[in-house]
Amino acid sequence: MQIPLPKIDLPRLPFTPEQASTIAGHVDALYLYLILITLFFSILVVVLIFYFAVRYRRRTPDEIPPPVEGSLVLETVWTITPLLIAMTIFVWGASLYFALYRPPTDATEIFVVGKQWMWKFQHTEGLREINELHVPVGAKIKLTMTTEDVIHALAVPAFRIRADVVPGRYTYLWFEATKTGRFHLFCTEYCGTNHSGMNGWVVVQDPAEYQAWLSGGASESPAAQGEKLFQSLGCASCHKMDVQGRGPMLIGLYGKPQKLDNGQDVIADDAYIRESILDPQAKRVLGFGSVQMPSFRGQVTEEQILELIAYIHSLAAPQGGGTANTAAPASGSTTTSGIAPDTQRSNPVGPTSPRTQRNTGGAMQPANANANTPRGTPPP
Amino acid sequence: MSAADTPIDPLNPVMPDPSALPADSPEWRVKFPHVNYINAHYGIKSWLLTKDHKRIALLYLASVTVFFALGGAYAIAIRLELLTPPGDFVQAHTYNKLFTQHGIIMIFFFLIPSIPAVLGNFLVPLMIGAKDLAFPRINLLSWYIYIAGALFTIWALLNGGIDTGWTFYVPYSTSFSNTYVVVAGLGIFITGFSSILTGLNFIVTIHTMRAPGMTWFRLPLFIWSTYATSLIMVLGTPVIAITILLVALERLAHIGIFDPRLGGDPVLFQHMFWFYSHPAVYIMVLPSMGVVSEIVATFSRKNIFGYSFVAFSSLAIAIFGFLVWGHHMFTSSQSVYASMIFSFVSFAVAIPSAVKVFNWTATLYKGSISYDTPMLYALGFIGLFTMGGLTGLFLAALGMDVHLTDTYFIVAHFHYIMVGGALMGYMGGLHYWWPKITGRLYPEGWGRFSALVIFVGFNLTFFPLFLAGYMGMPRRYHAYAEEFQVLNVMSTAGASILGFGLLIPGIYFLWSMRYGKFAAPNPWPATGLEWRTLSPPPTENFASTPIVTWEAYEFRPIEEMEVIGPAPEQSSRPVPGLTTT
Repeated sequence: MQIPLPKIDLPRLPFTPEQASTIAGHVDALYLYLILITLFFSILVVVLIFYFAVRYRRRTPDEIPPPVEGSLVLETVWTITPLLIAMTIFVWGASLYFALYRPPTDATEIFVVGKQWMWKFQHTEGLREINELHVPVGAKIKLTMTTEDVIHALAVPAFRIRADVVPGRYTYLWFEATKTGRFHLFCTEYCGTNHSGMNGWVVVQDPAEYQAWLSGGASESPAAQGEKLFQSLGCASCHKMDVQGRGPMLIGLYGKPQKLDNGQDVIADDAYIRESILDPQAKRVLGFGSVQMPSFRGQVTEEQILELIAYIHSLAAPQGGGTANTAAPASGSTTTSGIAPDTQRSNPVGPTSPRTQRNTGGAMQPANANANTPRGTPPP
Repeated sequence: MSAADTPIDPLNPVMPDPSALPADSPEWRVKFPHVNYINAHYGIKSWLLTKDHKRIALLYLASVTVFFALGGAYAIAIRLELLTPPGDFVQAHTYNKLFTQHGIIMIFFFLIPSIPAVLGNFLVPLMIGAKDLAFPRINLLSWYIYIAGALFTIWALLNGGIDTGWTFYVPYSTSFSNTYVVVAGLGIFITGFSSILTGLNFIVTIHTMRAPGMTWFRLPLFIWSTYATSLIMVLGTPVIAITILLVALERLAHIGIFDPRLGGDPVLFQHMFWFYSHPAVYIMVLPSMGVVSEIVATFSRKNIFGYSFVAFSSLAIAIFGFLVWGHHMFTSSQSVYASMIFSFVSFAVAIPSAVKVFNWTATLYKGSISYDTPMLYALGFIGLFTMGGLTGLFLAALGMDVHLTDTYFIVAHFHYIMVGGALMGYMGGLHYWWPKITGRLYPEGWGRFSALVIFVGFNLTFFPLFLAGYMGMPRRYHAYAEEFQVLNVMSTAGASILGFGLLIPGIYFLWSMRYGKFAAPNPWPATGLEWRTLSPPPTENFASTPIVTWEAYEFRPIEEMEVIGPAPEQSSRPVPGLTTT
């Protein structure tokens, strides 16, 4: 869900960075609102203090003013009023936050890997860069980020965006640049000795200029590189494309719910695929409980994992129907036939994975398994 | 001549001839000091083995002052490095150690023990009319634990230091840093027990040892805020102890708790760390709020407006304070819905603080206001805390925080709370109770002058950092982009003024201990029980158990505010300033 934000044309305030993204003006508007509230209350308090301090200064050394009783009305007023004002800030801030952290579905994805002390970027077209990120103006860009070592955080003040980059998981940012130019890009989570050197530039270019820049570099897409890895690491010997191998088929898998052998469901997203590569036994797909897939921890870098995910993502491209191959898995993985239909009933949205389809006996046509997608075809 | 030349036997003083030496003259006070907690016993052993809460307070005073000076020295080095954009004053690795050690020393060894352990120790029994804390031996033990923890940390600093930031974020602290993380952490772990014991002692004392007539709603507001602080200490500190222990386990034994390569979760650490470290902010600032309530009442000679609202707001802050830790983690990849709840509760916790500010301001209305040094600090506190609190709203607002977190805006915000709030309150309190603690007056003119210098220097140091933060300058940067330089030069200039301003009280406090004018029992005058005993108080605080028949902050002419004098067996010695009619 994308919360629509009203259009805001706010001039640039003093001591603020450039407004170079669609969200920047909105953040600045909230900033201005907060500054006005701060000014109002601090001036109120300071003026009252000064006024009282002068008006009621001590005139004789032993004067004792009569005590003043408290006032329930006043206490109520100055409890409720700040609370109401605070709630307006809360709602405004929360709506911005949702807009900031929910990438639109039509955004172009760029992979980001942080590493002590550099930023590595990889474009969908395959181009890689370090500490510089080229993007076209006016395009929605989604950053899928992780790190090879400690926690980092990627911040672009001119875009008013920031997110921690956490080892072991993916975090996401998105933006749409509105201005061409070079903008600071900082690591803002302390990451060790050369933390302050882990910065660079976002270079926002005209689309034409960007295309020219793109064509100057390497051109194999992450998905294509992921496919090569898929073959060279031997993944393909179990995860077969045309017949059911020892492992689950990966066609049509990406982004769909998976039944696990412990009865739970999991969405086959970036985080799940990553975990299954590094720690295959953590969440085993129903029917493959006894398959001992080896861990690839230490054999693949974070960038290679991202390429493998891009490849698996590309297999999910909705192209035509076709039949999912649902041959029996390797021996030992046979399940009692009752389980799958039961679990399937308990999860009406879940008849999606080829594995559960197998156990339903007759219904061999998965709703969304686009099984005969050509290998390595990038998403449209 | 007579009395003035005769050496005095402190155990058996002889009455001098009053005609030769007036009983309230300074000469009299030099020759015939009443027996008080300072001169009752002599020798280093009498201090190191004391069970007197007032002496233990002074032990804490000396130790936190040393740590404040050390933390301040780190701050100076940091500001010097940041004078110019390139990292040219120290190496990056050194700089990282500087800000880490500045944070660790200032937070764990100065701010957290400052008001509770120094002023709280001194004042809690006096204010409630008790002879001592409930557990005097545990009180002494907690100082030794504090020193033991401090020695561990100092050992780590001397042997190469630590570079993780005071936040110890994993997996940097568990798997990457090559510095003395475990030793420094152990120091904090140990010191935590000192906090727990102090808090426990205060809670039991306040519950069980109040003088007859000292009902809960006659308690000075300092006691209410100390009580709230003690709750946080007792409930929160064990969590940081566990967290540090887990960091040590992962670092030493490679047990996977936080590092994802070992199967752990790095964000779990942040949850555990901030579960303590956010309430710890209130350990630092709540006692200051109590001090400000006392000072504002005394120097406007008014009862605190809305006493019960101020009292309960302390408890509300202590309780809500445990529910907002996630607002440090809005960009950490925690769930957006969790962030939303944390943001909501963070706005809620701002309200009791606002209520306090409005009540202090209303207390001034129709008062009799004097501008003595403690009052200048208290009014400064209100202004700076208001700024600190309101900029907290920026950070509690989710979409705003994304742009501001981990920038200098955060640094400016929490220095407004911790220096503008906690330190101003501590300085105000030290000045306010200095006559009671030492029996001497500090020089008032110098006091006012230095309060103004500190106020100006503080604002010049930290206000520009708000602007640098919004412009995007990340914190913990050894070298920074050139567009931030002007603001950083202003900040460094302010820091030198601030440092100079803080030196002045350091000098005149020391000076006044020997040369200051003698203080009457109730020099301001104020209403609390601590002012109804001698300055400095005798070891047993009051000659007889006080019976409280008046409300909190009930101002009366000084003649009517009776001083509870020394015990009958000592009363052969007249006490200057004691009304004996």
